[in-house]
Amino acid sequence: MDWTFWLEVVIKGFVLCLILLTGFAYLTWYERRALARMQVRVGPNRAGPQGLLQPIADAVKLIFKEEFTPGRVYKVIFVLAPVLTVVPSLILAAVVPLGTSFNLFGREINLHVANINVGVLYIMSIASISVYGIVLAGWSSNNKYAMLGGIRSSAQMISYELALGLSIAAAIILSGLANPDGGSMNLIEIVNAQKGMWFVVIQPVGALIFWIATLAEVNRAPFDMPEAEQELTAGFHSEYSGMKFALFFMAEYQKMIVISMIMATLFFGGYLGPGVDKFPLLGPVYLFLKVFVLLFFMIWVRATWPRIRYDRLMAFGWKILLPLSLVVVFITATGIVFVDKYHSQLYFWSIPVLSIFSAMVAVMFIYRDLRRKSHGRV
Amino acid sequence: MAQLEEVSIEKFKHLVSERALTGETMLLNMGPQHPSTHGVLRLLLELDGEIVVNCIPDIGYLHTGIEKNMEAKTYQKAEVMTDRLDYMNTMGNNLAYVMAVEKLVGLDDVPVRAQALRVILVELQRIASHLVWLGAFGLDLAAMSVFLYCFRDRELILDIFELVSGQRMMTTYFRPGGVWRDVPVEFEKAVRDFLKIFPRRVDEYEKLMTKNPLFVDRLVGIGHLDKDVALQYGVTGPTLRASGVDWDLRKSRPYCGYEQYDFNVPIRTEGDTYARYLVRIDEFRESLKIIEQALNKLPMGPVRSENRKFVPPPRSEIGTSMEALIHHFKLWTEGFPAPKASVYSAVESPRGELGMYLEGDGGPKPHRIHLRTPSFDNLAVLPEIVKGHFVADLVAILASIDIVLGDIDR
Repeated sequence: MDWTFWLEVVIKGFVLCLILLTGFAYLTWYERRALARMQVRVGPNRAGPQGLLQPIADAVKLIFKEEFTPGRVYKVIFVLAPVLTVVPSLILAAVVPLGTSFNLFGREINLHVANINVGVLYIMSIASISVYGIVLAGWSSNNKYAMLGGIRSSAQMISYELALGLSIAAAIILSGLANPDGGSMNLIEIVNAQKGMWFVVIQPVGALIFWIATLAEVNRAPFDMPEAEQELTAGFHSEYSGMKFALFFMAEYQKMIVISMIMATLFFGGYLGPGVDKFPLLGPVYLFLKVFVLLFFMIWVRATWPRIRYDRLMAFGWKILLPLSLVVVFITATGIVFVDKYHSQLYFWSIPVLSIFSAMVAVMFIYRDLRRKSHGRV
Repeated sequence: MAQLEEVSIEKFKHLVSERALTGETMLLNMGPQHPSTHGVLRLLLELDGEIVVNCIPDIGYLHTGIEKNMEAKTYQKAEVMTDRLDYMNTMGNNLAYVMAVEKLVGLDDVPVRAQALRVILVELQRIASHLVWLGAFGLDLAAMSVFLYCFRDRELILDIFELVSGQRMMTTYFRPGGVWRDVPVEFEKAVRDFLKIFPRRVDEYEKLMTKNPLFVDRLVGIGHLDKDVALQYGVTGPTLRASGVDWDLRKSRPYCGYEQYDFNVPIRTEGDTYARYLVRIDEFRESLKIIEQALNKLPMGPVRSENRKFVPPPRSEIGTSMEALIHHFKLWTEGFPAPKASVYSAVESPRGELGMYLEGDGGPKPHRIHLRTPSFDNLAVLPEIVKGHFVADLVAILASIDIVLGDIDR
């Protein structure tokens, strides 16, 4: 381990942070433009061609804006909270492989910052840290709306983390399919296990659960409970302004990007794509395209759906998503064991079929509940 | 800098429950600056967690003194104030006012064409108002796109208003004795285009919202308003009709020739937020029916009464007729006198019964004007129906009773 190793890690980390920061800025532009198109508007198009300089204008405005600290707030925590939110969203991306490796100056450069063999656990633990920032921001703001937002956020996090974890477990189990040593928690090995077939084909329900849970995890519509502007004015960040507010904003959008990267890695083959073995630099491009599409779905949902209510969200998390994800893990695990034992394609394909069937049962339960609640009016 | 006053619970402890005094429940100020109180309404909420225990509406933040101001103006000039009352229903306010004036002075020869034009424009206004309501309702449930789609369609109606009156919102198009002047030739085509486009758009909204499970989940069974409670509080309009009371002034006490049009009054019996939503969606279609019929039989002819004592003569006559010049001069300097009497006339506004009480004192200015505005009475019932619901539901319920603050604080 010489100094070049450290230099490589530092440079890679620095570049990754820069990618995320730029990605955040342009994600806001992307969201505003895409959302505007869906809502018969134009969106920002004044600053630069197609409004491409808008994020820079926004950043300049936020940096120079007065940072107002309201009276009687808990100052230390008030200042610390945005930092606590934004840092996990940055370091989360460290384990996501952007590609394989390539040669530069006779040195093999891996396209990931850290290759941890329990990468999935790292993601789970870091992703949930950022909720502390939100809760503490809500608590220290000396504002009742902010506090309600913080409380909602913690309740939401608890309800969805389990389903999220279980759907990741399904992906881990699936990664053992081609591997004689069994499944792996290493993200690179999970990606490599998808060379034949993306996991979303084998376990579409698991991917769907993961996606729904991540919407709740990153506080996106229809689960944007903690910041519901119609009810709580802006929830936990009501009292923040200037750069502190920008940090919350940054955290949310960076988390959107990183979570989409993780989803692409776990279920959509990560950096894999045609020609990636020959030209390793195509890896990041493929990953980017997948993230781009996944982000579009997040924006689309925001344009279409109303917000779900706080207690119904918890009920949905505990009563529908958690049992369903347990069933999915069970089906996946059993299917894998049978495939190993009898080497039959029949057992293999029974995994997606049975999962989709169980998802349909869950949807039927929701439908029946709605019908009962509305006395057959729907 | 103004000294911050320490607010003590002593001032309003008779309004909240015992538990608030011990700190077991939380008091929360919602508004007057809040995105979902539809203007500057202030609600003092007592919350148990997120459940509303008590809700105390506090109005008056938009008080403009319109009623009092109108007393200082002649009958013609007071009309422009009515536009500013319920700014979502300007044509309807004008109609209530001119009908009251016509009743007071006994001006009963309003031409048929003017009556039909009034009906068309008021129904267009009803659609525009419901569109704003639907958009704001969607926005309160965080269905942001619906809001922008609704405003896109409302723009078509505002364009028609601009065509006929020169103004998009503050129209003052109806005048005692008829309307300001005849509509331009493009009017009919503009309305027909709207009639062609809009039914499809309503279907689109329904696709986005009516059967959407998240939407249904937010609305069904929320904010149940009992029929008897509604009647006790004097609730009117779609909010009342969603509770199963068949009361629409257009049917029960027809005015402006509403009796000749064939339309239904949508009724729902469930009385919840979802029913109120469905009633208004149905009203879109009924209003379209009325507009189409009125447009089909729109007769040619004068649009203003021939009674020169109250209606100014046309411009062309002033140059040739001495009498017309005198009338013109008298009407625009002094105004017309109204007898010492009082009248009440009511129309069905998009929000309910909009009543105008007008008292004359023999002079050209009203002695007293009082408005019975639907938003005021409908808001009064809010504390009854939000108890036990979540804050998120409160927002939906408040949106579903469709208040306009300009209508409450006048």
